[in-house]
Amino acid sequence: MDFIKTRKIFYILSGSIIIISILAIIISGFKWGIDFTGGSLWEIKVSDLNTQTSQQILSFLNTQEIGQITSQIASDNSLILRFQNISEEKHQELLNNLKTQIVSLEEKKFDSLGPAIGKELMKKSIWAVILVFAGILLYLTYAFRHASFDIPSYKYGFLAILALLHDLTFICCFLFLMGKIKSWELNSDFLVALLVVAGYSVHDTIVVYDRIRENLKLNALLANKGERITLAEIINKSIHQTLLRSLNTSLTTLFPLIALYFAGPNSIKVLASAMIVGIIVGTYSSIFIAPPLLYDWRRN
Amino acid sequence: MKNRILFIVLILIVSTLLGVFVFQSSFRPYSLGLDISGGTLLVYQADLNTIKSPDYSSAMAGLKDVIERRINYSGVKEPRVEINKAGDNWRLIVSLAGIKDIKEAIKMIGGTPYLEFKESRSEKEIEAILDAQKKEEQIDIDTYFKSTSLTGKYLERADLGFDQNTSLPVVDLQFNSEGTKIFAELTKNNVGKPLAIYLDGTPISAPVVREEIASGRAQISGDFTLPEAKQLVARLNQGALPVPIALISQQTVGSILGEESLMKILKAGIIGLIAVIIFMIIFYQIPGLIASLSLIIYIVISLSIFKVIPITLTLAGITGFILSIGMTVDANILIFEYAKEEKKLGKTIGPALEEGFLKSWPAIRDSNISTIISAIILYYFTSSMIRGFSLTLAIGVGIGLLTAIFITKLFLEVIYLKK
Repeated sequence: MDFIKTRKIFYILSGSIIIISILAIIISGFKWGIDFTGGSLWEIKVSDLNTQTSQQILSFLNTQEIGQITSQIASDNSLILRFQNISEEKHQELLNNLKTQIVSLEEKKFDSLGPAIGKELMKKSIWAVILVFAGILLYLTYAFRHASFDIPSYKYGFLAILALLHDLTFICCFLFLMGKIKSWELNSDFLVALLVVAGYSVHDTIVVYDRIRENLKLNALLANKGERITLAEIINKSIHQTLLRSLNTSLTTLFPLIALYFAGPNSIKVLASAMIVGIIVGTYSSIFIAPPLLYDWRRN
Repeated sequence: MKNRILFIVLILIVSTLLGVFVFQSSFRPYSLGLDISGGTLLVYQADLNTIKSPDYSSAMAGLKDVIERRINYSGVKEPRVEINKAGDNWRLIVSLAGIKDIKEAIKMIGGTPYLEFKESRSEKEIEAILDAQKKEEQIDIDTYFKSTSLTGKYLERADLGFDQNTSLPVVDLQFNSEGTKIFAELTKNNVGKPLAIYLDGTPISAPVVREEIASGRAQISGDFTLPEAKQLVARLNQGALPVPIALISQQTVGSILGEESLMKILKAGIIGLIAVIIFMIIFYQIPGLIASLSLIIYIVISLSIFKVIPITLTLAGITGFILSIGMTVDANILIFEYAKEEKKLGKTIGPALEEGFLKSWPAIRDSNISTIISAIILYYFTSSMIRGFSLTLAIGVGIGLLTAIFITKLFLEVIYLKK
């Protein structure tokens, strides 16, 4: 397969997905969770949860002046409720009140966060993402500093970051869609997934770029003997050489994540699935997007 | 060669011992996060307005001490109280494990009396404030009294007493030496004027100062019932809070959910591990088997480190570790793929693998460092739950790098290089 020849198809594919998701996210916005917005999340278990009991709980809570309540029935007879940030006294009052109404009621989880903490997390997240980008860019520029054969080192770093942005946009797109379909919310997991995939995506891109760098070096030596080949051929060769490795490491990283998604606890499903998407997209971009970009930038 | 075999035997023995250490639960048990053990995480914001900035950390340390004492008193075992500074905000993060008596503990912390002495404002000031309040400004300001530096921080002890005239219960306060000085100064400046005593922001009495009091003794004579006075004395003696606090966030996980989550995540981890091992053996045969063996050694070493330090294992932390399992074999896959190429060029398997180790090192190094950069930044920019994740991921990747390279290499050398 000639990855340079087919590159435009993938540029268009990725480009349109990115543009559409950015537009959709700008227009419709993310569904932020209480980690970022503040509020309460309450998970309670009732031995035989049915529409009647959940209606009973909801209509009671609606009289309690705790703002708008959204509810969601989870597996194993659990009800997940979201409402505004409330005090501990109010929480105890609600719990005791409900327990007298429904004897089998049991509290599984209660989170309540003030809005200040959410704003802080948002600020920190933005900083963390910027710093990760800067750190990776600096490191790559340093690591590829000797790669002066035909392509200056900063270009590797810059394009690795571009590929990374590509991957992260896909994760955002995925979580945006899941927010629409399954009303998933973005909590701190979101940040974790973004930063881990950031590390992984760069990791994948580095392996291909490293091979290109090495083949360029080799080619420069061969050039003296008049056997020089074109950059397109070098890049293609490098992708083919690392293809199996890229697929295999993606698989070995995906196995534990898939196991976590299907067998793991509910609270890490969002994280696991966001990372699964990130790793698949990261592998895709390290093959179809990042190396051809290097070719295009060099050509101009 | 002999040295290598000896070294391998040594590694196997140490790993087996570590394996025993890792899997038995009684000696140095794992430190489990609240989302697994069940419990409550409370975040309190401290109000440091009355304190000068150089004293912030000592005030927070004092606050931490008092709160620890209070929680212990309420019967919750092993509370963890941490001071956390986020920008200009100073906070206390209180972790209470187990679910029993949590309610009581929260009440103990939240209901802590904050004792304050306030002096009267000058008439000019009062007028200015009243004027402003007419225009609906400065509504929140206490009209008649202003704060002084004398707070519960300087209290040495409180005692129950009875008023000689009315025989109603009163609370006698004794300040420590510093507090005595401040109190003397305060009474001297306010002779003939009322000095108000506030508890948790509400005035409870405002006796008029007759003369300077140098003994450091004061008396609160609100309309207490006997049980009320007794309780107040007890609470004051446990230590009045040096600064006021407010609960800004709380997370509670029931112990059933925690246990359920732990079982599920362990199961997922084991399934993931087995899948990786099967994959490696099918794809790379003997080298794959060796890679799996070093993967297991890696897991044993990491878990021992988590146990010894100890690193608090949260669900996110375990997720980070499980993720690092997949990433660790990455180094071996890189090496083996390189070796395959070398074999195609006509080398025998031994030298091919050797070449693989040599050539794949730059890529392995670069990619692992970028993961560690992400993990470190994540660690410094986030709080408890995510921190666990970044910590286990960083440790995992670091150790994985060592085992995937050195241990795998050692084994393969013994098998393939028959020197």
